[in-house]
Amino acid sequence: MSTQAISYEKVSPKNLPQFEAIASGHRACQGCAEMLAQRLVLKAAGPDVIVANATGCMEVTTTPYPQTAWKVPWMHVAFENASAVGSGIEAARKALFAKGRLAKNDTKIIVMGGDGGTADIGFQSLSGALERGHDFTYVCYDNEAYMNTGIQRSSATPPGAWTTTSPLGRNVELAGPPIRMSEMLATLEGAGFVARVAVNNIKNLMKAKKALKRAFEYQTKGLGFGFVEVLSACPTNWKMSPQEANQRVGNEMISYFPLGVFKDAAKGA
Amino acid sequence: MRQVLEGSHAISEAVRLARVQVTAGYPITPQTHIIEAISEHFADGTMTGRFIPVESEHSSMAAVVGAATTGVRTFTATSSHGLALMHEILFIASSVRMPIVMLVANRAVSAPINIWADHSDIMPERDTGWVQIFAENGQEVYDLTLMAFKIAEDKRVLLPTMVNMDGFTLSHVIEPVVMLDQAEVDGLLPPFEAARMLDPEKPHTIGPFGDGTVYTEVKMAQDAALAAAAGVFDEVTAEFAQKFGNQYQAIETYQCDDAETIIISMGSVGETARSAVDEMRAGGQKVGQLSIRLWRPFPLARFKEAVAGAQNLAILDRHLIPGCQGGPIGLEARSAFYQDQNGPCIFDFVAGLGGRELSRATFKEIVRQAATGEPQKNNHTFLDVRLS
Repeated sequence: MSTQAISYEKVSPKNLPQFEAIASGHRACQGCAEMLAQRLVLKAAGPDVIVANATGCMEVTTTPYPQTAWKVPWMHVAFENASAVGSGIEAARKALFAKGRLAKNDTKIIVMGGDGGTADIGFQSLSGALERGHDFTYVCYDNEAYMNTGIQRSSATPPGAWTTTSPLGRNVELAGPPIRMSEMLATLEGAGFVARVAVNNIKNLMKAKKALKRAFEYQTKGLGFGFVEVLSACPTNWKMSPQEANQRVGNEMISYFPLGVFKDAAKGA
Repeated sequence: MRQVLEGSHAISEAVRLARVQVTAGYPITPQTHIIEAISEHFADGTMTGRFIPVESEHSSMAAVVGAATTGVRTFTATSSHGLALMHEILFIASSVRMPIVMLVANRAVSAPINIWADHSDIMPERDTGWVQIFAENGQEVYDLTLMAFKIAEDKRVLLPTMVNMDGFTLSHVIEPVVMLDQAEVDGLLPPFEAARMLDPEKPHTIGPFGDGTVYTEVKMAQDAALAAAAGVFDEVTAEFAQKFGNQYQAIETYQCDDAETIIISMGSVGETARSAVDEMRAGGQKVGQLSIRLWRPFPLARFKEAVAGAQNLAILDRHLIPGCQGGPIGLEARSAFYQDQNGPCIFDFVAGLGGRELSRATFKEIVRQAATGEPQKNNHTFLDVRLS
């Protein structure tokens, strides 16, 4: 892995790109922070991007055939294997580029899933892809449970949190403590850039975009695997108004899942 | 050029000559020699592109689906539990219409754990929407692997295609195979042009959510494409025969024209069955043999035509459907003749499980039992079972 420095770009609401990869009219709930985060991810990536999406709300709400909200190439295969699909896409693009059948090889490849699709059922394929060193950026939208199937606990459900399968609240003595994905992945040698961000206020939103841009730089420069965990409110299933849900991210979620850059290998951090 | 090599290496040579761009692989006996050899091809530069040493077969299938969507020719291989682990994604590969080619070295499924040949891995995957072809020897494995790309990628088909070969019996046996050169294979297989691509210049949404208002229509279109694969199989095998001489049929027959009893099997035992037929014919018995080469789409009319006139069908199934009426070929044959007044008597024998030997004596025995005309209890009989 190279240790060349990467230049930071100043991000503010003023220079947020106009580009929208996802058309309005999608079916996400009002106040869905995951959709907000996803829009931001795609703004940071720009139109030269390919998305591999794990099963979840983002897939169901954006692609009710024959409609699609996606203005960029997008693929969904299954729940647990988005990282393997991304591995195939990345390998094939590299093969095409080497053969001269692609003019350039810096198209961003984003693999994304929820906290269940990342920390539970999708962890094996994520671990394999990270270990093999595929150049794509993984984005995990963490809203603390399986929201698409109706609020079941995942390994990212924090202590005490109510879900339909932890009806008394997650009891750490019985169910064990949650997994902190970013902290864990940062310990792996193949991980280049690992960050946890949130989209609960403008300040965090701008930090999130900065982290995403940096992750994409890792990918396009081949500096190591990029992983960005985005804490996202789910007002519908948290049984809160969007405002309350966002406040909860700030008041409760971030204290358990602290924001920050956990690894920035090329910076020598 | 004739080369002496094991079945697995005949496949890796075919994959190299097919100019496959992305291969994903995970070790499982008896398939492993294929991906080992392909890894070497990538390492020594005789194959270009990428080999993805995935962390499981589930990811193997997912990776080739992703790669195929990007517009490259893809290949993977597996056996037994590896195929079972892919199960979920096999449906998706055929539903998103990716022309992946996969080699399955057929092996028993646990428990007890058993690494030897039978068809209990492939038969549970029968309904996944793939084109499914069976080979009987090393030459067939080689030829059919090459043809599989052409069938899968045909615009009328665009479906993943699997070539089945019996584990060890074919994968590990060293035999002479007539190999083609690069120019010959290039003449058969033009560069792969994907119908749809994950391309930022021309974005597509692939693998969307489809509710009850569209799901049936998607499945119908898929079924029509799979049915069309039968005609494409005939075209491709005819072109192959014309170019290289080797003839392949969806239903292969031997001495069936005047046969009173026809032995039906799939896979490598067909050759043993034909030797048994020769011996029985020498003894004056009117016996024929039929191999189902194209299992899916099932060539129903061709099958019925091939066995027309026979009094008995003696079917050898290397898979048991538990709690049912025997094996999958038995069910298929009974269903084919259900409403025919003058259909043959059908006898289904479950044998050759987990590598249990199938000899000429086995085939003579099933012909003998069929000739008695005695109905089978629950429509099937286990053969060669040791009860003490």
